[in-house]
Amino acid sequence: MTHKTVRIGALTRVEGEGALVVHARDGRIAGLELRIYEPPRFFEAMLRGRGHTEPPDITARVCGICPVAYQMSACQAIEAACGAEVTGPLRDLRLLLYYGEWIESHALHVYLLHAPDFLGYDSGVAMAADHRDLVERGLELKKAGNELVTAIGGRPIHPVNVRVGGFYRAPSRRELAPAAERLRRARDHALATVAWVAGFDFPDVEHDYRFLALRHPSEYAILSGAVGTGDGRAEPAGFAVADWSDHVIEEQVPHSTALHARLDGETGYLTGPLARYALNSARLSPLAREAAAAAGLGPVCRNPYRAIVVRAVEIVHACDEALRLIDGYAEPERPCVPVEPRPGVGHGASEAPRGTLYHRYRLDDGGLVAEADIVPPTAQNQARIEADLRDLLGPRLTLPEDELAALCEKAIRNHDPCISCSAHFLDLRVDHG
Amino acid sequence: MPRLAVWKFASCDGCQLTFLDCEDELLSVAARVEIAYFLEASSAPGPGPYDLSLVEGSITTPEDLERIRHVRRVSKRLVTIGACATAGGIQALRDFADVREFAAVVYARPDYIATLDRSTPIAAHVPVDFELRGCPPDKHQLLEVISAFLAGRRPVVPAHSVCVECKARGNACVMVAHGTPCLGPVTQAGCGALCPAFNRGCYGCFGPMESPNHASLNHWMRELGMSTPELVRIYRTYHATAEPFRRAAEEAQGFEEGAG
Repeated sequence: MTHKTVRIGALTRVEGEGALVVHARDGRIAGLELRIYEPPRFFEAMLRGRGHTEPPDITARVCGICPVAYQMSACQAIEAACGAEVTGPLRDLRLLLYYGEWIESHALHVYLLHAPDFLGYDSGVAMAADHRDLVERGLELKKAGNELVTAIGGRPIHPVNVRVGGFYRAPSRRELAPAAERLRRARDHALATVAWVAGFDFPDVEHDYRFLALRHPSEYAILSGAVGTGDGRAEPAGFAVADWSDHVIEEQVPHSTALHARLDGETGYLTGPLARYALNSARLSPLAREAAAAAGLGPVCRNPYRAIVVRAVEIVHACDEALRLIDGYAEPERPCVPVEPRPGVGHGASEAPRGTLYHRYRLDDGGLVAEADIVPPTAQNQARIEADLRDLLGPRLTLPEDELAALCEKAIRNHDPCISCSAHFLDLRVDHG
Repeated sequence: MPRLAVWKFASCDGCQLTFLDCEDELLSVAARVEIAYFLEASSAPGPGPYDLSLVEGSITTPEDLERIRHVRRVSKRLVTIGACATAGGIQALRDFADVREFAAVVYARPDYIATLDRSTPIAAHVPVDFELRGCPPDKHQLLEVISAFLAGRRPVVPAHSVCVECKARGNACVMVAHGTPCLGPVTQAGCGALCPAFNRGCYGCFGPMESPNHASLNHWMRELGMSTPELVRIYRTYHATAEPFRRAAEEAQGFEEGAG
């Protein structure tokens, strides 16, 4: 019996900390664990007893990369519990803020974390030695996103201006003008990014994914919508965000390293750019649709390596829509709607750059949080990432271990896993025998 | 070329990201230092020793207790960045609870979780050369700290309160003008008085200033209608175990008991 173990001690160019252990026996995979050693931080427990206004600021601290996603899902869950709704220009402002986060997070991933894989560099900084103009373009794009978040939220990481019901202060048209100016340039950069990454050399891989993403009647859903599921062939099925826990169940598997989310009893579905694109590509802005067509993306993309192209298309969409919203922006009369706490349960979901982020809160008679539940995208994708890796490694186990390790890192990076988001990931000791 | 390392412990990654958010400066910093170890940004971690280590996150697991000692051994200078590394962070709320109960709320099998019952700052375990505040830190202050250490001088970072920044920025005082509770008077400057500029009270994400008068502030917060639980919660958020904020919350609770 031959026994071989591939270890990647610490995953790099991902947000957070994780590792992968693969056990092989007689040329077959006997076990594969994407191991997360991010220390648990217990957010759901800490939120109990906090006021109904507090979760947006507190849950932003789950993740420094996508704090706006946490703020948006938290706000909407609490507003739902309290029977309030944020509409009109305040909703537009939320979308704008969210587009800013999308631009900066996607630009970070595309240029500094993911593209180096395709061009053969260890980092964006190393890539800059030979491709300074490209890295500078990426940084400029990222900056455009951060400036938009800063104009509305005060700062790019853990913005301070978001509150349940809307904002503390609505920005003036004048305050948004510099961000708009930069966004016009960013939109050109985003189009150039799509053309650039579309030319990468992609492995010829397709997976038969089951997708999950929000869907909205008129928008490429980011801020809100119902939950859509499907394989990209038939018309998607769907359910209301409030019915989330009837469909998505997280299980702690004793011999696995992470909670595995099951969708309607099946394990291993995918959320994130490929899922959004498969279920919603018809609702991208016309410019983003054109860019996608020119990049050779069909209505559905099942090649995980080409997620970088989908991300680039989503940057075009975000720049384009943000500019449209800024052009039509009229300062709202009030920066927020009143949200009076009442006992009850509220659900909220929005599309973080890496996938659907679900929050549920139960408020007690005193308006304090009695229960909190957070389901981050990476926890949902965990089982599917492991399945991708099994498919990748199965026929290649005889390759040298360092080559295998590099291949696995690349396959994991396709999914932009945000491990610090993984409020649920385990610190499990694995017995390697 | 001086060698820089960036380390992560229990945290949200936001402080490391502050470094990558220096879009205009990143490539020029990279030209002056070798970014030798930075897992979030590079697949090629280089071995120590390092001239400057930036440490994000707090110590919450038995392994991390060992790892921070290793980081100290391989680092000529060690600088903590952000609220977690400097004060234990939001996850230090476990210090006021039973961590096993916390684990049972979040995990079906809490017995799989290896965790410490406290979240502690880096300085509780190893000598630290400088602590940079903020949740997240301000990127200009981060650049100042990096350049100062590379030049062999102390960083210039103010120790005064957010109130000073508010005045400098020309903000109206949200407490005086709107009756909004604000931690600005007891919180260290550095953010540029961001929250008051958006018409909200400071929530203390840069932690306690050098010599805060929280007794006076607690009095004014009560005058503005804050209840004892609200007052306790506002101190017990991102710097719950930083000594002045811990005392301020305890005094607020004691006030209630004294009155009762």
